[in-house]
Parts: sequence; structure tokens; C-alpha cells
Amino acid sequence: MTPKISFRDVVKTYELKDTTFTALDHVSLDVADREFLTVVGPSGCGKSTLLSMAAGLLEPSAGQVLVDDAPVTGPGPDRGVIFQQYALFPWLTVRHNVEFGLRIASTPAPERRERAERAIELVGLGDFADALPKTLSGGMKQRCAIARAYAVNPQVMLMDEPFGALDALTRVQLQDQLLTTWSQEQRTVMFITHDVDEAVCLASRRVVVMAARPGRVHAVIDVDLPYPRTEDVRLSPEFTRIRNEVWHAVYHQNLTTTAA
Amino acid sequence: MTVITAPEKKSAQPPGRRGGRSAARSLVLGLVALVFGLVVWALASRGVEHLPGPAGVATEAGRMISDGMLFDDALASLRRVFTGFALGVVLAVPVGFLMGWYPVARGLIEPYIQFFRTIPPLALIPLAIVLMGIGETPKIFVIFLAAFMSCVVAAFQGVVDVDRTLINAARVLGASDRTIFLKVVIPASTPFILVGMRIGLGSCWATVVAAELIGAQEGLGYRMQNASTYYLMSQIFVALIAIGVLGLVMDRLLLRAERRLTNWQERR
Repeated sequence: MTPKISFRDVVKTYELKDTTFTALDHVSLDVADREFLTVVGPSGCGKSTLLSMAAGLLEPSAGQVLVDDAPVTGPGPDRGVIFQQYALFPWLTVRHNVEFGLRIASTPAPERRERAERAIELVGLGDFADALPKTLSGGMKQRCAIARAYAVNPQVMLMDEPFGALDALTRVQLQDQLLTTWSQEQRTVMFITHDVDEAVCLASRRVVVMAARPGRVHAVIDVDLPYPRTEDVRLSPEFTRIRNEVWHAVYHQNLTTTAA
Repeated sequence: MTVITAPEKKSAQPPGRRGGRSAARSLVLGLVALVFGLVVWALASRGVEHLPGPAGVATEAGRMISDGMLFDDALASLRRVFTGFALGVVLAVPVGFLMGWYPVARGLIEPYIQFFRTIPPLALIPLAIVLMGIGETPKIFVIFLAAFMSCVVAAFQGVVDVDRTLINAARVLGASDRTIFLKVVIPASTPFILVGMRIGLGSCWATVVAAELIGAQEGLGYRMQNASTYYLMSQIFVALIAIGVLGLVMDRLLLRAERRLTNWQERR
């Protein structure tokens, strides 16, 4: 089966004044169709850079990024992107933010309204459809951003530390909500985070651990946890074992690298 | 380049705290200040030679209103301001957008903007009169220039300051450059433009009065010039007060429009 997203020998370098900075060093990684893949790593490991390439917002310096076997040439509505900073249009209400992509796609008004309505209900913002973003809490803003991405019905969701700025409680709520939606719709998700628990809890099959300077894939750790990922699962010994393995891979990279 | 910081207003107080009581209090304090000022003025006019008192100025104001002179003068000044201001804004917004959006346009236009910004529009009046005669054209031209300079920088800054994440968010939803410009860049830079317009209007109002001091047949500036020639001190005061009041009213109206149009902004 061909992977949904495929990074092949991807290199990203930036020319600085007198040196070349390597953000990504020959990264190869496949995201399977309908997989929920999480990528975790220390800051500076290039995990967001990787995601931006899949989104078409950045070009690799060398190598290839393929979505459905076709090279990515730019952003497109087939790939929804969620940013850490929410990136809602502050002058538009929740409803109009969610309708933004549908208007671009010239979706006829009745269908547009209906799809926006559905996406807003899905993330539980029904009572706030006509509110401006400034009146929403951080968690609600991110839910609105998720609804905006869902509305255009992308095949892939690219999420760049979407819950990074939220408090722990809100984060867990949104994680649960995201998992519920994912298990219903089974879109392909690539989810970037620096939170090990989040990475383990959300990953359907694999957690990718990246290393920094230069950014590269350090380890791919299998996750075999049952669904639904309830609180019991989060507290199970198996969860703890995987979590420790990922934690070790993220925070003791130097030791493992020298050992290997 | 002058940096216009994102407009932030401190009106974030919850409605309860700025309720009726504090509004009433500031009204009372304002009235007290006004009465105090009038008393000081009245006392000063007794001590200082040639300085008219409030009563004399009020009488003169009544006369100037009833014979329509004040109205005609104010109208003449306002007409010049609005014509120049409108022309300036209408040209400045697209030029500022062009500069913010296309680096080539910025490179070509910015040196001129930077140079002419350092010249007060008023300094061009002698030249404008030689080139354009003594009619309305040179006056409107310098007012136009005053508005243009404030707004062009604001519009430019607004475009440059648009949050990259918002542009990316639009791009990943499939927006073309045209859509991004119309649906993201323009709304995101309106707060900047409106601030530029307010600064521009203030500068236009200052410019019109000064422009009218030089060769005009009507207008508040002309009225003062004329009154000083004939030693009509009260008339000078009436014109001065009218200039202040009209300037204040225009500023408040634009501020209100600004608040309404940029109500979506997060206020810190």
C-alpha cells in the first residue's frame, strides 16, 4: 500500500552568514493512509519544518516530499493544517472563519452553511458560532481552527503542536475529542508535539522520535494500545512502558547515539 | 522608517467599572475645568491690554454666526480639508499596499516618501503658489500631501506587519494571492490605516489653517489673518475656538469609526 505522505531523503539547509545550518539531515519517513502518526522531539529537531514541507509552506533543499505519490508543489485544501498559534482571522466570527475555506472553494451557499454548521457542532462550538475570536478561550480558539480545517474535508490533517499553548486539562479534553473524531473519520493525521504523553496517547501505531542538530529521525517506537484511549489506558502499565521508552529516546539521545 | 505600532487601546475595562458614575464624574470635572479656565481668562483680559474677555468674544461669535460669516468660513476650510484628505487617502492606501506587497515597488517609492516626509507640507506652499496660482489648487495640494504622507506609511506598515501565520492559514485553505490580499491583508491592515487617517486628518487641519493665512478669500485661517490686519481681536479668538472645536469633533468622529471598524481587535 502506498503511503499517504512520504518524506524521501529530505534535507533542509539554511544559508547563514558564513555557515550552512542543517535543519533536517536526510530524513525519510512514511505516514500510512489513515494512520495517526505523532512526531516528538526536542526543540530544534526540525519537526515543524517537516510538517511545513508536507503542508507545502516550505520546500526541501534536497529530497522529495510526496502526498499520494505526487510531489508537493504548494499548499492545498487536501491537507488541513492546524497551527500552534490558532491563526484564526480575528475580524471574522467563528462561523465565518470556518466558512473561509469553503468560500475559496466557491461552495454554494446552502452547502457551505451546512458544512460549516456541522464542523462547528463537531468541535462543540455551536453556542459560539457568531462570536469573535477575541471572546474565546485558547481551547475554544483551537477548536475553531480545527473546525475550519475539517470544513473543507481534507484527507490529511497536519497538526503543529496544536495543544502546546493550552493548560493541561483543556489539552486532555481536546486530545480526547480529536481521537473520537479520528476514530470516526479515520483521516491521516501527522501530529507534532514536544509532549511525550501526548505523543504516546494519540499515536495509532507509531511515535517518531527526532533528534536535533542536525534534525533527523532518531527512533520509531511502536504503540500498541487499545481503543478507546480512556483514562484506564493512560494509566495502564503498557502505556507507562511505551511512555518511558519514548521519554528515554527523547531525553537521553546522546547516550543512545554513542552506544549505537 | 517610522514605525507605527499596532494600535492598542486601553478600553478593556469591563463595562461595569466605566459605568454611569465615572462618566458623570468626568463630565463634572470637565465642567469645573471649563469654568475655571473662563474665570482665569476673564481676569487675564482685565490685566492684559488688547486681550478680549470671554464675554466680548461670545458677543462677537454670536454676531459672526448670525450673519453667516463663521459658517461660510468653516465651510470653506472644511471643504478644502475634506477634498485634500480624501484625495490623499484614496491615493495613499493603494500606494502603501503596493509598497508592502511588492519589494520592487517599495524600493522604488520609499526613497521619495522618506525624503518628502521630512519636508513639512506647509514648506511647499510658496512653490505650490508659484506653480499652481493662488486659487484652491495649491491649498488642496498641500493638504493632500499632508494626508498622503501619514496614510501611505501607515498602509505600508500595516501590510508589512500582517501576521505570517494568518497568511499561511489562508494559503493552506487554498487561497490564491489575490484572495489573500483581499481577505487577509486588507482587513489585517485596517487598524493601521485608520490610525494613519487620524494622524493625517490632524495634520490636514493644521495645514489648511496655515495655508489660508497665505492668500485666501475665505476660511478660518483667512478670517484670522484679516482680523489681525484690522485689529479685530475678538474675531481672532472666535476663529481660533472654531478651529479647535472642529478639529476635536473630526478627531472624535474618526476615533469612533475606528473603534467600530476594528472592534474585532484583542485589546490589551
